[in-house]
Amino acid sequence: MRVSIAILAMALGATGAYSGEDASLTLEDGQSLTIRTDAPPHTENLSEITSGWVYRSDETQALQLDDFDNPAFVFVDQGIDLYAAVDGSEGKACASCHENVEDFAGLRASMPKVVDGELVTMENLVNNCRTERMGAEPWKWSGGQMTAMTALIGLQSRGMPVNVAIDGDAAPFWEAGKELYYTRVGQLDMACSNCHEDNYGNMIRADHLSQGQINGFPTYRLKNAKLNSSHGRFKGCMSNIRATPFAEGGDEFKALELYLASRGNGLSVETPSVRN
Amino acid sequence: MYRILTGAAALMIAGMAQAEPVAPSDVMFDDGTVAASLTGVAGDPVAGRQVAMNRKLGNCLACHVNSDMSEQSFHGEVGPELDGVADRWTEAELRGIVTNSKMMFEGTIMPAFYKDAGYTRILDDFAGQPILTAQQVEDVVAYLMTLAE
Repeated sequence: MRVSIAILAMALGATGAYSGEDASLTLEDGQSLTIRTDAPPHTENLSEITSGWVYRSDETQALQLDDFDNPAFVFVDQGIDLYAAVDGSEGKACASCHENVEDFAGLRASMPKVVDGELVTMENLVNNCRTERMGAEPWKWSGGQMTAMTALIGLQSRGMPVNVAIDGDAAPFWEAGKELYYTRVGQLDMACSNCHEDNYGNMIRADHLSQGQINGFPTYRLKNAKLNSSHGRFKGCMSNIRATPFAEGGDEFKALELYLASRGNGLSVETPSVRN
Repeated sequence: MYRILTGAAALMIAGMAQAEPVAPSDVMFDDGTVAASLTGVAGDPVAGRQVAMNRKLGNCLACHVNSDMSEQSFHGEVGPELDGVADRWTEAELRGIVTNSKMMFEGTIMPAFYKDAGYTRILDDFAGQPILTAQQVEDVVAYLMTLAE
C-alpha cells in the first residue's frame, strides 16, 4: 500500500523555498500524480487547475514525497486498526463486510455523490455503516477516528483522477455549492473566490494562496499536527474572515464540498496530503 | 516626508461643538472619496502606523508590501504596494479607500474598515461594529499620507 513519491523534476529558474511551483510528483511505480491540468469546462474562470501541493514550501512538499516521511500515515495506521476493530451491537467491524480495504479504490475520486436524492460524503458513508449495519455510535465529523478512516479509504484512490458528477441529481447541490463559493461573508466580506480564484499564487502575509483544491483531504496540517477534514478547513476559513461558519456535515458544507471537488476534476486524489 | 492635514477645517464646518464621530452609515462618499474628517480630530500618523501594522486592526501587511515596515517579515502581495501611496492618492481618496474601498473599486477583495452593517453571516463578536473606529481610520489615513517617495 505504501507508495513512495519522488520529485521527478525540480524547477527551472525557480527561487527560494518555492521551487515547487514547477515541480512534479511521480509515484515510485512510475505513475505520475496529476498536480496541474486543464480546468474542467464548468470551472469557467480558471484555465488551469493546480493542487495545493504546488503552493507549499519545498520542506512541506518533501513531507508528502515518501509515505515514511508523511506524518499522515501515523493516522492511516490507526485507520487500519479501526477498520478491523469490532464495534457496536452487531459485533461487526468494517472488515466484516468489506474484507479488503483496497476494494474502495475509486470511491474517493467520485465523492461526494448523490444517493437516493441525498448528497452523500465519505463521512456519511462511514457513519451510515456504523449506525445502520454495526449498531455503533456515529463518529464525530472531524474527529480523529473519522479522519483516520476517511484517510485510509481515500488512500485507496490515490493517483486516480477526481471525477465527481455535477449533472442530473447532483445539479441542484452543485449549484448551491457554487452559490456559496461566490458569496461574500463575514466582516472581511470575502467569498472563497476572492482568495482562491482571483489571488491564488499570491502571498497573503506568510501564506501562499492556493486554489483551495480538496483533492488531498483529509490532509495533515503542520499547523495542528493532525488530519483535517475539508469541512474543518472550510470552518477555519470562515472564522478567519470573521464569518459564522456553517455546521460540519451540514447541507451547506456538503454542497460546497461537491462544488470544490468538481473544480478539481482531473487532478489526482492525493489523500492523505501534507499542508502547512 | 510628512504631509499631515489636520481635521480643523472639517471641525469648523461641523460647528465646533460636535464630539461624536461620523457614524459609518453617515459617511458621505463622492466618487469613492471622503473629503471630510470622520472625527474632526487630526489623525496621528504614529498611532496610525500601529493600527496599520496590528493584525487584528488594519493588518495592512496581509495584502500590501510596505517598505516603511521592513522590520516586519512577510508582506502580502494581494494588493498594490503602499510605498508612495501619498504620491498617488489624495487624503480624501485614501480616506475613502480605507473607509470602504468598494465605493471606488467595485468587486475589490479589500475589506471596508469603517462599515458596520450589510454583512452576511458576520460573527456575533463583530456584529454591528466596524473593523476600525473613526479615529483609527483618521490615524491610518494620516500615516498613509506620510508614505511619499
